[in-house]
Amino acid sequence: MRKTTKRRLGRGALYLIFIAAVLLLILLADWATLQENFFQIDVAREQLPEMITVAAKNTVLFTLIAFAGGLLLGILLALMKLSPIPPYRWVATGYIELFRGLPALLTIFGMAYALPIAFQVNIPGGAVGAGLLALIMVAGAYMAEVIRAGIQGVPKGQAEAARSLGMPAGRTMVSIILPQAFRIVIPPMTNEFVLLIKDTSLLFIAGSTLATREITTFARDSVVTSANATPLMMAAMLYLLITVPLTRVVAILERRMARSR
Amino acid sequence: MTTNGVPAIEVADLHKSFGHVEVLKGIDLTVDTGQVVCVIGPSGSGKSTLLRCVNRLEEPTSGKILVEGIDILDPEVDLDRVRARIGMVFQQFNLFPHLTVLRNLTIAQQRVLGRDKDEAAEVARHNLDRVGVGEKIDAYPAHLSGGQQQRVAIARSLSMNPDMMLFDEPTSALDPELVGDVLDVMRDLAHSGMTMMVVTHEMGFAREVGDDLIFMDDGAVVESGNPRDVLGEPQHERTRAFLSKVL
Ligand SMILES: Nc1ncnc2c1ncn2[C@@H]1O[C@H](COP(=O)(O)OP(=O)(O)O)[C@@H](O)[C@H]1O
Ligand SMILES: [Mg+2]
Repeated sequence: MRKTTKRRLGRGALYLIFIAAVLLLILLADWATLQENFFQIDVAREQLPEMITVAAKNTVLFTLIAFAGGLLLGILLALMKLSPIPPYRWVATGYIELFRGLPALLTIFGMAYALPIAFQVNIPGGAVGAGLLALIMVAGAYMAEVIRAGIQGVPKGQAEAARSLGMPAGRTMVSIILPQAFRIVIPPMTNEFVLLIKDTSLLFIAGSTLATREITTFARDSVVTSANATPLMMAAMLYLLITVPLTRVVAILERRMARSR
Repeated sequence: MTTNGVPAIEVADLHKSFGHVEVLKGIDLTVDTGQVVCVIGPSGSGKSTLLRCVNRLEEPTSGKILVEGIDILDPEVDLDRVRARIGMVFQQFNLFPHLTVLRNLTIAQQRVLGRDKDEAAEVARHNLDRVGVGEKIDAYPAHLSGGQQQRVAIARSLSMNPDMMLFDEPTSALDPELVGDVLDVMRDLAHSGMTMMVVTHEMGFAREVGDDLIFMDDGAVVESGNPRDVLGEPQHERTRAFLSKVL
């Protein structure tokens, strides 16, 4: 047999296996039960408005807050980690190791319950405020490492050229290094953003009111009230509706930037 | 800035170590205002380190460096102000890739010298024309040839109206056919009276443009003097050995 014919036959076999597997799944699945439990149109119609105006809105809002806060904290920690002054490096390293090492759930729980009791402090924003602060602290630890790698990814000659022109260290960092580091960190930061979207679902541990429920908490509640799993499917769709377009947009953005260099 | 009698650069007994390795072993040299001093020597002999000590991109271990009479190793010295008066041109150009050519030339003028946007742009345009890349003003560095990038880098330094310029092998990263354009710009600059310290492997340039030639080997100045003399009748065996390899 000729080589190309052989390859074509091999490919054909792979397609056949795939089609067979899909057919088997369709034939074996109990469609009636599935639909009754996961795709109830009535339940969906009832839950959808609030799920978008309250839950999806909260998920996006919480993610944006945690991302912005984490970004600022991450830049600060990255600069500390690159500082020539050892104590700053120690603090940053210790912080990063601690909050990357702990489960986010535990940190949220600690901020929401342990901290207020231990120090008699009230974090503004109540349970959600405490939970968000915890998310910021965790996100900052992860982003710090990404940003540090980005800053170190900028060739040393860039800072040297800027300093040779008489630009002070801070100005060099802001105008020359960070903008270039920014381009380097777009892909890993997108990843952090998507992780954060999903991590907002951990906020329930801090406790939530009707108005502060995000997608997952809302869906869990709805499953109980409607005695049906349809809200879970809706939640899954909503997450994908947020994350998939986001990664697409970032990919386009990256391609644009690549062109200007 | 007039420097009535004070040398532009004065280096005395300069030592520099990286860890336990001594890279500069007591360098003495003087560059007078308006002079062009070329530095040659084998790779690893410490030429770049010497040049980078002059604007303190490297921290000397000991010794003295005076720039226009100012002791730049004095902890009290305003290093950014001193650096703004010393242009530096690198082997790898080091243009800012995220900024247009114009912005490459204006950012330090505005941030360091406090010039306003229009004035800075005017100065930038003038210097880009001077080095022959005026039409690239809106391009990004990645869209320029190596020779154009290096000329933009020179224009960027010139836009700060420096009193002197340091060149670290400015043509070593260029394709051979692009070297001439950059050397032409440097020659014009020398003829306009710019004080220059040039690390180079271009012996023709050193012979023709240099007022002084320094041959370095193993962290020390082996021989220096009029370029024609040093290149024509080298006094030291090490100089002869080096020149026989590069000429
Ligand atoms: N940052 C550094 N750390 C350690 N060693 C260095 C560093 N920079 C230069 N050196 C060493 O110093 C010596 C002189 O280097 P350099 O000044 O770049 O020489 P040249 O420019 O004459 O080729 C070399 O042996 C080099 O390996
Ligand atoms: Mg060198």
